[in-house]
Amino acid sequence: MRRQIPVVITFIVGSVLIISVFIPHKPFGQLGENFSVYFDIIAVFAFILGAGNLLRVHGNRIYKKHKDWPYSVVTVAGFTVMMIAGLFKIGGSPGITGDLTEPGSMFEDLYMYVFTPLMATMFALLAFYVASASHRAFRAKNKEATVLLLAAFVILLGRTPFGVELTSWLPDPLSFLEIPNLASWIMSVPNMAGQRAIMVGIALGVIAMALRVILGVERTYLGADSE
Amino acid sequence: MRKDLVWLFAGILFFGLLYLLNWGVKAISTDLLVWIGAFLTLAILSFLYQDNAFYKFAEHLFVGVSAAYWMCMGFWNTLVPNLIAKLHPPIVKGVLPAIAEKPPEYWYIIPAALGIMFLMRLSPKAPWISRWALAFIVGTTTGLNLVRYLRSDFLGQIKSTLIPVIVVENGSLSVGGSFSNIVIVVGVLCGLIYFFFSKEHKGLFGVASRVGIYILMITFGASFGYTVMARISLLVGRMRFLLGDWMGLLQ
Repeated sequence: MRRQIPVVITFIVGSVLIISVFIPHKPFGQLGENFSVYFDIIAVFAFILGAGNLLRVHGNRIYKKHKDWPYSVVTVAGFTVMMIAGLFKIGGSPGITGDLTEPGSMFEDLYMYVFTPLMATMFALLAFYVASASHRAFRAKNKEATVLLLAAFVILLGRTPFGVELTSWLPDPLSFLEIPNLASWIMSVPNMAGQRAIMVGIALGVIAMALRVILGVERTYLGADSE
Repeated sequence: MRKDLVWLFAGILFFGLLYLLNWGVKAISTDLLVWIGAFLTLAILSFLYQDNAFYKFAEHLFVGVSAAYWMCMGFWNTLVPNLIAKLHPPIVKGVLPAIAEKPPEYWYIIPAALGIMFLMRLSPKAPWISRWALAFIVGTTTGLNLVRYLRSDFLGQIKSTLIPVIVVENGSLSVGGSFSNIVIVVGVLCGLIYFFFSKEHKGLFGVASRVGIYILMITFGASFGYTVMARISLLVGRMRFLLGDWMGLLQ
């Protein structure tokens, strides 16, 4: 019962959604639409589960005075303040009946001046590490690595004013050799061909895996038997 | 640990003092929120030196704030209109007046029950109950993805590759257009041949596979260049915030 019922649920839900594409009429069409809405609702419960787990882990760290526990206090405090600001729509006009992202509300301010700087800087930080990693990894050791290096170099150069200036002297018949045009051609021709080959491969993999899951051959998502 | 915290508090105090004194620079922002944003930006950037108390503070704050952000968005944008409003419409009269007049739809007890089952994952006694909700999510994802990938990523991409390799524009042969289309058709075929492992990559098949590798290398190089540029533009955005919004040095 612990494993059979979930497999049956997966089979029914997956099959109904596939059938609803071919028979978009009652009851399949309606069921397909409902299942998609149900999915969104359960996904929010997954967020709640994640938040609960976060509080449990950091609560334990604080309670047991684990190493670095004061930082767990920061996590819990940040979570609580954002949560209160969002759930009660503090500061926004006209209060709880207004929009969640109302300009001037505490939630919006926290988003703009805490969440956005943290997220954007965290991703921006990767620019340094990508540059450092490419310095070590990008050595033209063989022909394949040289091709990769050249493609990356042209794309990077083609998006900068320096790249534009570098080849702007080329006469009109050779304008296709200008670095921005070359970068654009690489993106829209060989890059697209490679992306397509990868996408077709991924699609085949997803379709095969989806069939395995729906038919109950693949059951690893259910976790260990001991649970 | 204690030393780290002392540094952290000293840093926050120093930043607070700078805010109060305003550095004596007229152009610098007087908005406390901008100062908080600047402090957090610098705290994250401090990781470039080494892992330190400021970075850990900002990192832990990010985890807490982002979890709450997505939860609040999910609550107000999905749970309220799609679940609470369906089960008991009068309760959302102030928030969604148009829905409040509709009759309740008790079918929505099903996702509510599945959602509560999902939360049982946290229960030490019956975490297996959460599998029912998980099975629903997996079933929906597979059902939707199977058709979507088949339609757009498989058939759609093949259809887009079936293009003329001899391109005629204004009555004359377009060398550039023909060459580009040949590269696309040959590139996709060779890329797919590289991913086909059921036959040994030898002879003509091996040559096609080698061409496929070069096409894939160009793709990876282009993706890498594009990613670096995206990250650099984010960095430029943060620098504009620090130098412009915060310090007022940029117009």
